[in-house]
This record gives sequence, structure tokens and C-alpha cells, in this order.
Amino acid sequence: MTASALELKGIRKDFDSGRKNVLNGLSFTVAENEFVSIIGPSGSGKTTLFQLIGGLEKPTAGEVWISGKLTTGSRGHVSYMPQQASLMPWRSVSANIELALEVAGVNRKEASRQAREWLDRIDLLEYADSYPHVLSGGMQQRVSFLRALLSPQPLMLLDEPFGALDALTRQQMQQWLMAIWEQNRRSVLLVTHSIEEALLLSDRIIVLSSAPAVILEEITVPFDRPRSPQLWREPRFNELKQRIHELLQ
Amino acid sequence: MGNKGWHNAVWPSVLLILVILTVWQLSVDGGLVPEWQLPSPTSILQEMIQGWPRLMLNTSATIKLALIGFAGGALAGFIIAAILHLIPFVRKAVYPLLVVSQNVPVIAIGPILTIWLGYGVLPKLILVWIVCFFPVSVAMLNGFKDTDPNLRNYMQMIGAGKWQLFSRLELPNAVTHLFSGLKIAASYAVLSAVVAEWLGADKGLGHYMILSSKGYETARMFAAVFLIVLLSLAVFGAVALIERLVIRWRPAKGGGRA
Repeated sequence: MTASALELKGIRKDFDSGRKNVLNGLSFTVAENEFVSIIGPSGSGKTTLFQLIGGLEKPTAGEVWISGKLTTGSRGHVSYMPQQASLMPWRSVSANIELALEVAGVNRKEASRQAREWLDRIDLLEYADSYPHVLSGGMQQRVSFLRALLSPQPLMLLDEPFGALDALTRQQMQQWLMAIWEQNRRSVLLVTHSIEEALLLSDRIIVLSSAPAVILEEITVPFDRPRSPQLWREPRFNELKQRIHELLQ
Repeated sequence: MGNKGWHNAVWPSVLLILVILTVWQLSVDGGLVPEWQLPSPTSILQEMIQGWPRLMLNTSATIKLALIGFAGGALAGFIIAAILHLIPFVRKAVYPLLVVSQNVPVIAIGPILTIWLGYGVLPKLILVWIVCFFPVSVAMLNGFKDTDPNLRNYMQMIGAGKWQLFSRLELPNAVTHLFSGLKIAASYAVLSAVVAEWLGADKGLGHYMILSSKGYETARMFAAVFLIVLLSLAVFGAVALIERLVIRWRPAKGGGRA
């Protein structure tokens, strides 16, 4: 059996020297090329969870394994797409993508070649040499996603990537991301507030409780891929939506 | 900003300057103020034209001193800021001293430097360096620290090390701050060069002013003052121009955080 892209073993995180328990014994996996979403009420420690997986924080107890390696507290094993596009304003669109690849150890020439090839594929090549501020919010998030997708790290963390976008752009972005991901599978862990988003995109959904967060349920999303944008019309979609909604109450 | 907007922004102050010059000229011509106390604008202009070769000789000495001092000070400011930023222990130890050092009056350091280093160029250069490095290093230190937390978090998540954080995030972020520091240093550079020349020099506008004051040549002093202001503005303008050429990534929209 090949190693999971991510395996969390009994992750516990306390703050204020044990007085505040944020995460309580989380264990789950993300299989290779699997798309897993985490959904939970605000304040359920999702940001903390990402900081732990990214190695910025150390858990009070438990272990983080990425691609079969024990990585607890060590960085550089994930690529990342935050809620704010977080493109360096002084770097061109292409140079922003190259930066992510360079930090991950890809050589400059190869990084530049890939950045341009993919910008062309997502129809943003004409902006390759522009500064990010000329792009719309949605376009910036496309670049931000591309940057994470091209990075060679074995796991992609998407942190409420569409949370700052308006409803319509958000929907378009979900479709766009799904289409690209279905053709270029990677191991993804997505944090989101949107139940529809989780259902549309993921293979599996992990529902968290509020602090201290424990796993309430793991739901396997039964829809075939490639998925239709009209998924919401299916009765099972709405059933699942309602079930998750009740879990979150 | 459009051409018209620029005109609209400038003409009130141009008008005010013209009014001041006219009142000045009239009050001297009318005998309200004696000419040896306050020479009229036209006699200052005349003095400038007559003494042009000498003025230029002294001006070029001051320009040299100010520019080399400015460049050296800015470079020192940059290096000091980088060292203080990258080694927190050094920052804790040195930063308070740095601030205290700025409260030592330049006029007081000048004679001491002269005692130590004589009347050559070096003590004057050091004086300008001391004045110029501080605004640059303080601005850079702020720029290194004042990075967008989202960008910082992103860089750390993808595994950027301390050096990558510095070279790819903190350093480019500090470039806008660098220029605000450079602009302050630029406006001090000519001034401190003149002060350095007061304290003992055989050329330069400061030296020229001291000579003129000893001979009660008020018009000459005003001519020198006028050139000093012009020089200061020119150095400042040059820095601002370079800033516009270098920083092209800022959104063109007005307002907001600079």
C-alpha cells in the first residue's frame, strides 16, 4: 500500500499552557490524489490545523505524516492557497508563480517555463508580465491556485480559497477549479465554510465540531467524476447538504 | 495626475511667492528696510549674476560633499538596517543607541571631528554620513518589519527559510520605505554639507556664507541661501524621480496607503 498524502495521528493542540484546548485528538488521512474538505463552525481551529500541517506550529500531542514521512513541526512539505491571493505586489504574475516553485526547489528556468505554459492554459498568458494589482479578485485567485498546483510538494492546502469572492465569481471559480483538478489530480485538503462547495469539489468531507474540535463525521461524497455543475439538482446532494447542516448546528 | 491637475495644485503657491517677492522688493525700494539688512530680490539676482563663477565653484564643492555624503550615508543606513534586522540581539543592543545618537547636535560633533581628523574632506563627509544614515536605516527597519502578515504566512507555509523570507519578502517590501528614508536624507544632505563647511573649509557654499557674513555682504549670503534651497530641492527631486522609475508595481489609483 502506498503512503497517504497526509496522515494525522491524534493531533491535540492546547494554547495558554493547556488552559485552552483547540483541537482534541484529530486523526484522519488524505489519500494520494484525493480531494478532502474540512468543514466546521468558525472558531473550530481550522486555521490552527493548517498551521500544524504546514509545520508553523507544533502540536501538543500527536503526529503529522506527509507522504510517509514524519513531518511534525517541519516546513516545506505543502503547497498553499490562502484566502487572500497573497501575490507579491512587486512581482509580475509569472514571477509570483516562479517564486513558489523556486522556494520548493525547482530551478529558475524550469519554473519560468512551467509558469508560462500554464498561464497560457488558463488564458492568462497576456498577464504574465503584469503586476497582480491589474487582475480582478477572481483572476488573482486563479494565479494563486496555479501557483499551488504547480508546486512539487505532495499536498495542497486550500484555506477558504474563495471566501473573499462574491457569490457569482465564487461559483465560477469552483467550476474552474474542479475542471482543472479533475484533469490534474493532486492530493488536496480544503478548508471551507460552504457546504455546497465541499459537496461539489470533494471526495470526502470531514465535519468538525466547534472548539475543542473533534471529528463529528467523515462523509464520502458519492458523486461520479467529472461532476456536473448542476449537481445541486440531485436529491442526494440536498440530502447530504441537510445532513451536514444538521451536524453543524 | 493630469497636466491640468498639476497646474491647479501649483498655481496658488506660485502666486503667493510672487506676492511675497513683490512686497519684499517694494518695501526695500521704499526704504522700509535698509538694504544691508535685507537686500531686495533684484539686488540678490544682480549679485548672483556678478559673482556667478565664484558661486559655481563653491556650489560644485558643496554638491560633491552632499552627494558623496548622501550616497555613503544611505549605503551605511541600508547595511546597518539589514544587520540589525537579521540579528535580533544586535538590534536590541544597538537600536536605542542609534536613537540617542540622533539627539547629539551635529554642530557639536563637527568641531570634535575636526580635532580628530583635521580640516580635510573626511570629517565633513563623516558629518553628512551621520546625518543621512539615520532616516534611511530607520525607514528600512520599519520596511523589513512591516510586511503583510498574509504574505508572510504564505511564505512560511510553503517552507521559505529565513533568508528567503528576507530576500523575497522583507527586502522588496522595504523598497518603498527605503525611498521615504532617502527623501528625508536627501533634504538633510545639502543642509548638513553646508553646516560642515561652516565649521572649517576652504570652499563650498557654507564657506562662502561665512566669508560673506564677515564682510556684511548680505546680498551674497542670500544668493548662497537661494542656491542651497535650489540644491536641496534638486537632490530631493532626483530621488523622487528615481522612486517613480523603480516602483512601478504600486496601483495607479490615488489615495489609500502609500
